[in-house]
Parts: sequence; C-alpha cells; structure tokens
Amino acid sequence: MKCRVCRGPAVIDIRRHNANFCPEHFMKLCRDQTAKAIKQFDMFEPGDRLLVAVSGGKDSLAVWDLLTELGYDADGFYVGLGIGDYSETSADFARRFASDRGLTLHTEDLLRDHGFDVPHGSRAAKRAPCSACGLSKRHLFDEAARRGGYDAIVTGHNLDDEAAVLMGNVLHWHTDYLARQAPLLSARDGFPKKAKPLVRLTERETAAYCVLRGIDYLVDECPMAVGNKHLSYKEALNDIERQSPGAKHDFYFRFLDQAAHRFATGDLATDDDRPALAPCSRCGAPTNNEICSFCALTDRATSAVPLRLGRTRRGRDTTTQGVAP
Amino acid sequence: MKVQLRNPTRELEIEGPVTVSNLLAQLDLNRESHLVIEDGTLVPADKMLSPNAVVEIRSVISGGSQ
Repeated sequence: MKCRVCRGPAVIDIRRHNANFCPEHFMKLCRDQTAKAIKQFDMFEPGDRLLVAVSGGKDSLAVWDLLTELGYDADGFYVGLGIGDYSETSADFARRFASDRGLTLHTEDLLRDHGFDVPHGSRAAKRAPCSACGLSKRHLFDEAARRGGYDAIVTGHNLDDEAAVLMGNVLHWHTDYLARQAPLLSARDGFPKKAKPLVRLTERETAAYCVLRGIDYLVDECPMAVGNKHLSYKEALNDIERQSPGAKHDFYFRFLDQAAHRFATGDLATDDDRPALAPCSRCGAPTNNEICSFCALTDRATSAVPLRLGRTRRGRDTTTQGVAP
Repeated sequence: MKVQLRNPTRELEIEGPVTVSNLLAQLDLNRESHLVIEDGTLVPADKMLSPNAVVEIRSVISGGSQ
C-alpha cells in the first residue's frame, strides 16, 4: 500500500476515501477534517477560549491535541466518576497528557464534590448508570464553562458516535432528540455553546491518530457501558460500513443536509414558544423546575436507600436503611 | 505469532505468516472497528506478519449512551 499523497509506504487504509496514507499525511488528513468541520458548522470565533471535556480516552485526547495543533486556546476539564480502577486510570491518562504538553486541566470529582459516585448514585436514584453519568457530566461541564468564562465546550464525539445516536433516534422516532442532534449547539438560555469538531472522523481514525501521534490513552472500555444499546448500534453500523464504505458518513451528513431541519423546533422556536427557564434554587443552573435535574439526581443519589438483607425465618424480606457513599 | 486482544485482555497463538486483513478475517473481526499495532505503530491491511510477530489488535469502539 502506498500513500495517496506522497507515494511513500502507507500505514492505514481509509476505504470511505478510497485511499491509503502514511503517518504524516494521515495526521494531516485528521487536522484538515477537523478544521473543515469547524468551518462547515461555524463552531468558533478567532480568540475563543475553549473547554474540552476530557475523559482520558482516545476521542477527547485527540480533539484536545488537534485543537491545540490548529492553534486554538483550549483547556481541559475532567470529571471523576468514581467507577473504581477505571476512573483512577482514566484520570492518570488525562493528567499525563496535560502535563506532558503544558496544558491546563481542571478537575472535579463527583464523590468528593457532590457526595455520590456513578455506580452507587445511579442505583440509589434508579437511573441507568450511563444516564446518571451523562446528566452529571453535562451539568458539570456547563457549570465549569460558565464559571471559567469559556466561549464553548468541546466534546470528542466522532462520526460513529453521531451516526449511532442518529440510528437509535430513528429506530424509535425520537423526533424531539432528532431536532437537537447537531455538531454545534448554540449558546442559549444560560447554556454554553457546545461543539463536536470530530464529526468528520470515524472512531477508527481518531484511534489511529492517537497511535500515530504517540498519544497514550485509556483503551479499556468503561465497565458500566458494556452491553448498552449505543455500542450495539455502532457494531451494526460498522457491519454496514464494511459492505458499503462511506455509509456512516452519508447516513449522518445527509440527515444534517436533508432531514434535520424537518424536526427542528427547539432552536427555531421563538422565545415566546420556549418554556421559561429560571435559575435552579440550589446551584443557579438554568432549569424549568425549581431545582435542576442534576440537583434532583444529587438528592436521590445521596439519600438513604433500603438495603436488602435477605429472608427472615418467617420467609419475609427485611430491609434496613443504608446511605449512598 | 502472538496476538494480544483487549476488553477483555487475552493472548492468542496464531499460525503465521498471515496478512493483517486475513488475520482479522480469521478472528472474525471487522476492519472498520479494529486496528492492528506492531512495535507501537499501525500496520496496513496488506502487511504480511511473520510467524514470530507480536501484534496487538485494538478495538476502537467506545462510549456509553449519550
């Protein structure tokens, strides 16, 4: 295999581009695709201060690296989720990446700062772990961006992530979610702008970028995500991609071009049509309830929960009150 | 050759020589969701791996629900 650009030895084939690349020109392709997404969706203004949501995995470290390479002023923000060794190791990768490059990484810890972790908190609150985790991260990223005066939050969502979410939303016709699925969500109602500059790169490409750039990332998968639907949608899409290179790109980008506007109501609605948001009485985050979803989750996740002790001699369950960590 | 896999971590002995694409096909792994790494760098699909090679096959799929 030869590189399409320089005809030198190639290390990776990208079938959807019908091309092979050497390390140097593959990394250039990744930079170019990221810059193209930023321009295509008008993500940032010159001089914007960006806050990258960092997990220690390949996508968040790749996007942080690519933004820095492209000359953006980008700091990182890591949230400790309390998922045992997985969280500790992921924090190490995030810290090492930042310190090796002299970048600023802010950190927050769910258990230390809010009194619960994802495994126990989600159980106490009777929510799926991924749901409690996602809600917590979104809230804490928003809050960190507001507090730090950042112009946008950047996440490492890639083409596979977006295509898998689209597949889930279409399979179940979640039209309200389809209306909000976009690579850029503008700032509004007190929520910061959110951008996904990796939407033109597949997961295989972000992982390959990390390997070739020498970015050490957490390869192990989150133990709480195993078996979730999102991963099965990705596998299904990759089976289609194997037969039909470019299918994931067409699925997502043609949705954006040709269908997304049909579902758009939220961002296009007039101010009068939107539910009025007011500051959460606890934390000040914008919400349409008295307290925001994160404070409600915190309440449930830190409240006493019944612990099942087993059967008594009379054959009835006994319970006692336990407290989430 | 020695083939290391992750999630869960395990090691397989595979008879070589074999190309990268045939190795993935033998293990019924999708090229769209796996990278093959030897000596810290990527190896292309048509590379012939020697019987003494030590390679890592890395799944690239990650993420919880959003």
